[in-house]
Amino acid sequence: MSVHLQSAPGRSAARGSGTSRPKWEKTPPRRDGGRSRAGALFVSPYVLFVLVVFAVPLVYTVWMSFHRFYFTAPGTDTDSPWVGLSNYRDVFTDPVVGRAFLNIAIFLIINVPLTVGLSLVLASALNSKIRGRAFFRAAFYVPYVTASVALVAVWQFLFGSDGFVNHLLGSHAPDPSWLVNSHLAMPMIAVFVTWKQLGFFVMLYLAALQNVGKELYEAASVDGAGRMRQFFSVTVPGVRPATTLVVIYAIITGANLFSEPYLLTGGGGPDHSSTSPVLLMYQKGIEQGHPDSAAALGVVLVAFVVVVSLAARKLTERGD
Amino acid sequence: MGATTPRTRRSGGKAGRYVLLSLGAVAFLFPFYYMVVGSLRRTTAGDLSAAVPTGLTGGNYTAVNSAISLGRSLLNSGIMTIGVLICTLVFGVLAGYALAQLRFPGKGAVFAVLLLVQMIPFQLLTLPLYVLVVRDYGLGDNYLGMILPFAINSTAVFLFRQFFSQMPRSLFEAARIDGASELRILWRVALPMARPAVLTALLLTFIGPWNEFLWPFLVTKDADMQPLAVSLASFLSNLQGTVANPAGALLAGACVLAVPAVVLFLLFQRHFTSTDIDSGVKG
Repeated sequence: MSVHLQSAPGRSAARGSGTSRPKWEKTPPRRDGGRSRAGALFVSPYVLFVLVVFAVPLVYTVWMSFHRFYFTAPGTDTDSPWVGLSNYRDVFTDPVVGRAFLNIAIFLIINVPLTVGLSLVLASALNSKIRGRAFFRAAFYVPYVTASVALVAVWQFLFGSDGFVNHLLGSHAPDPSWLVNSHLAMPMIAVFVTWKQLGFFVMLYLAALQNVGKELYEAASVDGAGRMRQFFSVTVPGVRPATTLVVIYAIITGANLFSEPYLLTGGGGPDHSSTSPVLLMYQKGIEQGHPDSAAALGVVLVAFVVVVSLAARKLTERGD
Repeated sequence: MGATTPRTRRSGGKAGRYVLLSLGAVAFLFPFYYMVVGSLRRTTAGDLSAAVPTGLTGGNYTAVNSAISLGRSLLNSGIMTIGVLICTLVFGVLAGYALAQLRFPGKGAVFAVLLLVQMIPFQLLTLPLYVLVVRDYGLGDNYLGMILPFAINSTAVFLFRQFFSQMPRSLFEAARIDGASELRILWRVALPMARPAVLTALLLTFIGPWNEFLWPFLVTKDADMQPLAVSLASFLSNLQGTVANPAGALLAGACVLAVPAVVLFLLFQRHFTSTDIDSGVKG
């Protein structure tokens, strides 16, 4: 759950300045030293955790991506020779890798506008004193707290070839059906993820809307702006920071996609039409036993996430 | 909305609001309704009739139980989740308190890392982590290996830090002058006031390991060690032929996996306000 991006409030910097120690205190250095020692001691498990779970694997991926690396039986020593960019060459010449990145692009093109539009509209509708507010909030949030694996099971019945939706549509049902159609597999994943995560963004926008001044709406109303006009001229710019967050979060979700393509579209859809980079890492690294090319793919993916996030941030924060 | 009088415009807006919210609620809740009804029907097909609750039975639950031993899977999910919760609470509260109220060298760097870690897509690290944890540390099919990557939830640490920062420093100074150790101050003074933050962090943290699929899927090969999400996924992809009403059995399993998280959320949602979510978001 890497949700909470945040700029530092900078409160910690002001610590301790101006608190002069009382003269009668007998052992000031020791006490202060104890506080400092306690601080270092208290954060040490967390620091250790970050080293073991984030820093070491991150360095290890980069190292693996430049070496020939095999899985071996425990205890046996095998050389891992330096191979330069050879793993990266594998990654860039594999057409499936290109397809996987194209799939993220499709995912983002569908997921981002849908998420921003629907969650902002629902949040605005919720942002007033209305009956059943708690019920609606809870209803929107329920898919977010539920396991993907459980929801995938239901969606397979809703959108299966002999499923609920196709029975509703009758002869209008797509052929081949939703989840096994090479044009629809990836859009279905994008819609599924939008639906599952939407409640989180409704809450996020709901919180952001509290910060949009009521007087702005009043002023707009006095100027004769209708409801639509108010929405686009006051609400949308007012929640821009939250929108930036939605976009960056969508990019991270897209980069992390695994269970949905693996389970919902049966291991990546027809002709890799819904294969994601992480699914590909799993297939290359563990199923096919090439952890080194999988590591190179991981490094490329991290670079992709960083570049696209920065670009998206520039775009959403500018354009007024 | 054209040239209507303000009054009709307002009531029209209100009706529109209800229609919109209700449509949304149906779209969000119908799959859950379908899941519950489907899990209780004697025959569960994909057609429209599956949404009608007739011919109800508990047979699907016994069927999925015999196929993937629900009890054992639930126990594994529970151990993994509780392990994560305990580690996050103990180490997260310590780190959050230190970052908020204590000083020590490298504090700024630790805080920067805390923010950075929340931005790294975790799945990207699963492969090297898999190599380290399963191959090098030999923790495959082991609870410790399942818990390790989630042991301390950085979002929770951040939440604790924010909460402890808002407490007046004078409160702690008084206890310090009385000679209380920092651990005692944390336990006796800070923690009792931090109950809302603890509840929110518990709920936020619970969802992760309970619902996680990829990591336990990689780490557990032994069916007796798999948490419910993993055994359900293997049922979904290759065990369905073993029961009479596979769709019903699968939905029954999905219900068992979904219910604890949903119930917990509904129970605690009063304490879990949108401002808590927001506190992690704005600068």
